[in-house]
Amino acid sequence: MEAFLKQSAEFLPILMQGLRLTVIVTVGSLALSTALGLVWALMRVSGVPLLAGTAKAVVNVIRGIPIIVQLFYIYFVLPDFGISLTALQAAIIGLGVAYSAYQSENFRAGIEAIEKGQVEAAQSIGMGWWLTMRRVILPQAFKIVLPPYGNIMIMMLKDSSQASTITVAELALQGKLIASSTFQNTTVFTLVAALYLCMSMPLIFLVSRLERRFGQK
Amino acid sequence: MAMIELTDVHKSFGTNHVIRGFSTTVSAGEVVCIVGPSGSGKSTILRCINGLESYDAGTITVEGLKVDRAAASITAVRTRVSMVFQRFNLFPHRTALENVVEGPIFVKREPRAEALERGRALLARVGLAEKETAHPHALSGGQQQRVAIARALAMQPKAILFDEPTSALDPELVGEVLSVMRSLADEGMTMVVVTHEMGFAREVADRVLFLDGGVIVEEGRAQDVLSNPQHPRTQDFLRRVLHPL
Repeated sequence: MEAFLKQSAEFLPILMQGLRLTVIVTVGSLALSTALGLVWALMRVSGVPLLAGTAKAVVNVIRGIPIIVQLFYIYFVLPDFGISLTALQAAIIGLGVAYSAYQSENFRAGIEAIEKGQVEAAQSIGMGWWLTMRRVILPQAFKIVLPPYGNIMIMMLKDSSQASTITVAELALQGKLIASSTFQNTTVFTLVAALYLCMSMPLIFLVSRLERRFGQK
Repeated sequence: MAMIELTDVHKSFGTNHVIRGFSTTVSAGEVVCIVGPSGSGKSTILRCINGLESYDAGTITVEGLKVDRAAASITAVRTRVSMVFQRFNLFPHRTALENVVEGPIFVKREPRAEALERGRALLARVGLAEKETAHPHALSGGQQQRVAIARALAMQPKAILFDEPTSALDPELVGEVLSVMRSLADEGMTMVVVTHEMGFAREVADRVLFLDGGVIVEEGRAQDVLSNPQHPRTQDFLRRVLHPL
């Protein structure tokens, strides 16, 4: 136990650097996936066949390719087309795009759960499509979407470790590097797991609170 | 003067031809009640007037403006003709007052203070001055429908369409909504009302249309159509509505 504490004191500062990158990747790709997911969802419900079809195709393509392959594509293939990104940028964009598909399905379900009468009431006072979305549909869909959104956040936090495959030294990779140079596998990976739990447990708690609050109408 | 004019309107849902040549003219200040059995196309015709539903043939105009739900002019139509729904359709995430001022502030871009002041006056007018901060879920059905009427009035419409406004209400709450509607009629509001309230139609309507199978079977002064119907289908319908046993 004493050895564990001593090693922890030694490894934690390095792991914290990894944790910092994990948070940056998670927050960055969360923001990107939210924005993109909202765009796909709004295209899907726009009533314009071309937009709806495009969004549907994009979402299906994204869903059909493993995240790791998308990361490889952005990091290793795009430079061939003259687009060079740092590993961190590629990780944020790759995870953001990959997760935008799940975000969009969640947003769409929330939007479509709103009663048709709400749209008609908005139209009957002269609201156009965008005003109806902004003032009537989205504020109501927000509550429906929130609990699943929390779950997606937790999944993204964990999947940010996939950024390690394109050399982003986030928490998981940082742990692996320490472990392979010190052979203290037990200590290192226990710390890594504990650090992930420290971040995900509050989110899990938050989601269950949201579900209790918004679950029954 | 013709406020709303419908000429030979047809509408089908798939192979179901629900409106089969509907023509009528609603003058300014007139109260027209549309009655008839369910499935006769009453609500559909009402929903065509403000473009919630498209129509396949014929023309509908509001103050000379053609109703075309795909055209930009539909906003102009909808700010002239308000609608009150059977299921109220209030915005559940906004208070009574916010529901009322939503259209004036965000569609008509009226100054906020002015809209709020008129909104409060309208809530007072429908007897709900003390409920301005209540959300719809905290209101009874009758109160919700009165807020919905205030919301419709807030657009300062030339006419209001009522789609079975009391059908979703508990019987003891029907009266409070009908009395608000009666006072609107007394003040000269142009109204088209789809209703099963024959007492209301008889007292308030200037004209009653009896609709069956997508066509007007009989129309005329309320007293004539409701008290002395000429067509056998009207007679049969009224007998069943007025004496269900």
